[in-house]
Amino acid sequence: MYVAVKGGEKAIANAHALLAKRGRGEVDAPRIDYAQMRDQMGVLVSRVMAEGSLYDPDLAAKALLQAQGDVLEAVTLLRSYRTTLPRFGLTVAVDTAGLPSERRVSATFKDIPGGQQLGATFDYTHRLLTDELGTPEVPNLEMPPSAAMPRVTDLLGVDALIEADKPAEGWNDPDPGDLTREPTTFPMSRAERLQALNRGDEGFLLSLGYSTQRGFGNNHPFVGEVRVGEVEIEFDAPEIGHAVPIGRIEMTECQMVNQFVGNTEQAPQFTRGYGLVFGRGERKAMSMSLVDRALRSEEFGERIVSPAQDEEFVIAHSDNVQATGFVEHLKLPHYVDFQAELGLIRSLRREFETRHAADARMSAGKDQNGEN
Amino acid sequence: MSAPRIVYNEGYLDEQTKRVVRRALLKGVAIPGFQVPFASREVPMPRGWGTGGVQVTASIIGPSDTLKVIDQGADDTTNAVSIRHFFEKVAGAASTTLTEQASIIQTRHRIPETPLREHQIMVYQVPIPEPLRFLEPRETETRRLHALEEYGLMYVKLYEDIAKYGHIAKTYDYPVLVNGRYVMAPSPIPSFDNPKMHQNAALQLFGAGREKRIYAIPPYTDVESLGFEDFPFEPQRFDRPCEICGSSGVYLDEVFIDDKGGVMFVCSDTDYCERTATAGERRQTMEKSA
Amino acid sequence: MNNETPLLSVTGAGHRYGDRFGCRDVNFDLWPGEVLAVVGESGSGKSTLLGMLSQRLTLDEGSISYLTTRESSAGREDGTEFELLDLATLSEREVRRLWRTEWGFVHQNAAEGLRMHVSAGGNVGEPLMANGWRNYSKIRSEAEMWLRRVEIPSDRIDDAPATFSGGMRQRVQIARNLVFGPRLVFMDEPTSGLDVSVQARLLDLIRQLVAELGLAVVIVTHDLAVARLISHRTLVMKDGAVIESGLTDRVLDDPQAPYTQLLVSSILQG
Repeated sequence: MYVAVKGGEKAIANAHALLAKRGRGEVDAPRIDYAQMRDQMGVLVSRVMAEGSLYDPDLAAKALLQAQGDVLEAVTLLRSYRTTLPRFGLTVAVDTAGLPSERRVSATFKDIPGGQQLGATFDYTHRLLTDELGTPEVPNLEMPPSAAMPRVTDLLGVDALIEADKPAEGWNDPDPGDLTREPTTFPMSRAERLQALNRGDEGFLLSLGYSTQRGFGNNHPFVGEVRVGEVEIEFDAPEIGHAVPIGRIEMTECQMVNQFVGNTEQAPQFTRGYGLVFGRGERKAMSMSLVDRALRSEEFGERIVSPAQDEEFVIAHSDNVQATGFVEHLKLPHYVDFQAELGLIRSLRREFETRHAADARMSAGKDQNGEN
Repeated sequence: MSAPRIVYNEGYLDEQTKRVVRRALLKGVAIPGFQVPFASREVPMPRGWGTGGVQVTASIIGPSDTLKVIDQGADDTTNAVSIRHFFEKVAGAASTTLTEQASIIQTRHRIPETPLREHQIMVYQVPIPEPLRFLEPRETETRRLHALEEYGLMYVKLYEDIAKYGHIAKTYDYPVLVNGRYVMAPSPIPSFDNPKMHQNAALQLFGAGREKRIYAIPPYTDVESLGFEDFPFEPQRFDRPCEICGSSGVYLDEVFIDDKGGVMFVCSDTDYCERTATAGERRQTMEKSA
Repeated sequence: MNNETPLLSVTGAGHRYGDRFGCRDVNFDLWPGEVLAVVGESGSGKSTLLGMLSQRLTLDEGSISYLTTRESSAGREDGTEFELLDLATLSEREVRRLWRTEWGFVHQNAAEGLRMHVSAGGNVGEPLMANGWRNYSKIRSEAEMWLRRVEIPSDRIDDAPATFSGGMRQRVQIARNLVFGPRLVFMDEPTSGLDVSVQARLLDLIRQLVAELGLAVVIVTHDLAVARLISHRTLVMKDGAVIESGLTDRVLDDPQAPYTQLLVSSILQG
């Protein structure tokens, strides 16, 4: 009886002590330093930052250590901290075309201005488990100045083969709203959806994205471009009157080129799905762009028949902090409602048995009558 | 590079956020039973563990308040203890287990047996604020049904229960009609507690953190549990008293006492049980000495 | 009854899909108690017309007015008063009131018009509950009565339509649409997809109920035999336009438009 008894307070304190002990391991072994975590577990740290919606590799590393490696727990820690932080203002939208790319691949064109660049990737590693992790020498390649590295979608946009980034005229870039500060209701704007997908669970988006490739939502996707690199963040400070660079953050962007649409009024054009996440999150960015495109079905007048196309289904269930909280809350005591159900099921069974007994008596009576 | 330092605001939620929640609460009080969307913030506990109730409490609690937290009617269940500690830690609030002494009572799944009075506030933790959710999963559609006051679907569910079982088979989170207008989920309290909501002297606030909704019942508001004229709502009853304090007409927990399925029935409201039992002992002692 | 004004009056009505009209320049009046068949092949615009009339598709041209009844607050002897509504100006609340109290819609596919996993009694009782009925026994006996009228055995009242045959589902759907006493019922190919013998029985039932209740009906069908059997008047549609209209017997026995002649003769030959 873990709750019904007195002593809940003591039980909690003891449980926390035990948790700390389990997280410590051998007492004389050195604790993992957060900087080691940050630098040697970069992909994991990226995921916690992305789903925690906070770009801070140090804090993400600390959260992971505190959570003993439980990613969702770390995300929860980071988010609960993030939400208390004062907000000074907004940054200027990041210009991913200008980011000197560490990695950049396109599946749509063999050669692109600025070139393809494999960068730090698990692709083409042989996935042979090894005892020793080596660090081979990285040759110092003379890189061409990376000024001209236009986005593939911009190149396609020159001939209007793909839908434009934004409407050509009379568009005043409406304030996208902020999912974390304003009430949300469905249907959402695409900007709000992208915010939700951005902090959505990587595994959930991966599976949904995968489902669109298997016919549950027809995307016909091509990776226009995936790029990873550091981008400059500029803070729009009203009291100064212009944007001020405040640092650089690493991001992964995916531009997915999809099935074209067109009608009698509009020439056919490829459509886009978009993914952007903090850090090295290629799988997440790609999944996000698949799901983003699937969720635009209504915009393009496509039939909505698959889970990935269903805004309420996807957005309401993509947040893993919410999902894990609600699934795990089932272990909280529910004995009051269960008691209510117990009472009901007992009375239903009593009524059932009474009815059956009466039926049995009646049919027994009939049999006797038959014999007479 | 210096190591990062982690600093939390006093009281955890910042004043701006509290104001946002209070605005939603005011709107909720103005439109009893209507679900007000609010920008639910993360709080340092998992979603589904009372994050809505905690945000409501955090937004209304002040230094002069006394807080009682119950889960399943008990003050000493682990989650109740955890939430009470949270507020002691971040808000410096005084806490109590005595229902009469509390100015704010945050609850999960019960309304105390001791009648509430004016100027008390009940804060309910709500998992699913939408009473129509399991009949119609789409938010866009349920919002329309509430707006147009179309509740036929809710009655279909009750009709089906009677057709199948002979009575309404809903024992907790039993839907209510608030102030003759909005159908509302009372949160998973047992239907036993439903009548206590009607014309209650206290202000009743509901917070659903994960679902980002707040709603309210002002003091002395009509709260009618749904039913048919010929199959009216019937709260559950227990045909026995509490085996510890002897109270009858209270909600009971069934507790296993041996490994052969033997059980005893005891009060779910631990505060009420303890004090009734103590008063009983005192009376006995006095009788003996007299 | 108000005999000077048609129940439904359609003038120059059209609905556009992009730059193409699904149907256009449709004009007709429907009087209380009248059954109007809209016939044509698939793609002729008859379903678009039905969608437009029933407020499921927008009215992009022309106008549709409907004569609603309201409980009279004072005055009138018979307790009701009539009001002509321009459907294009109605709020969602008003449109839904019409669906709850005055209009029915029988879908071709019963799954669109029924809750397949709610009992037949619950399905037929729902419109009553939506209209504020709060007595279980009364709701149930009313549902029972209507199920009997559409020839569903009373021991199936607690079974879900999912367990019913196609013909039975359509009959439950009809009961659900008639139980609240509508004045106008839209029907979209209510008998297609059923076996021929089942079709005939169902049509017979519809004809009988419509006559007994004095309903006005707009029924869309590709089947001239259906039009012949239950409608007073017929509109023939082709390429989004009404190409011929008149009393059903006249249209089918003495078709004027070459296309109608072709339709009629193909039936005869078939």
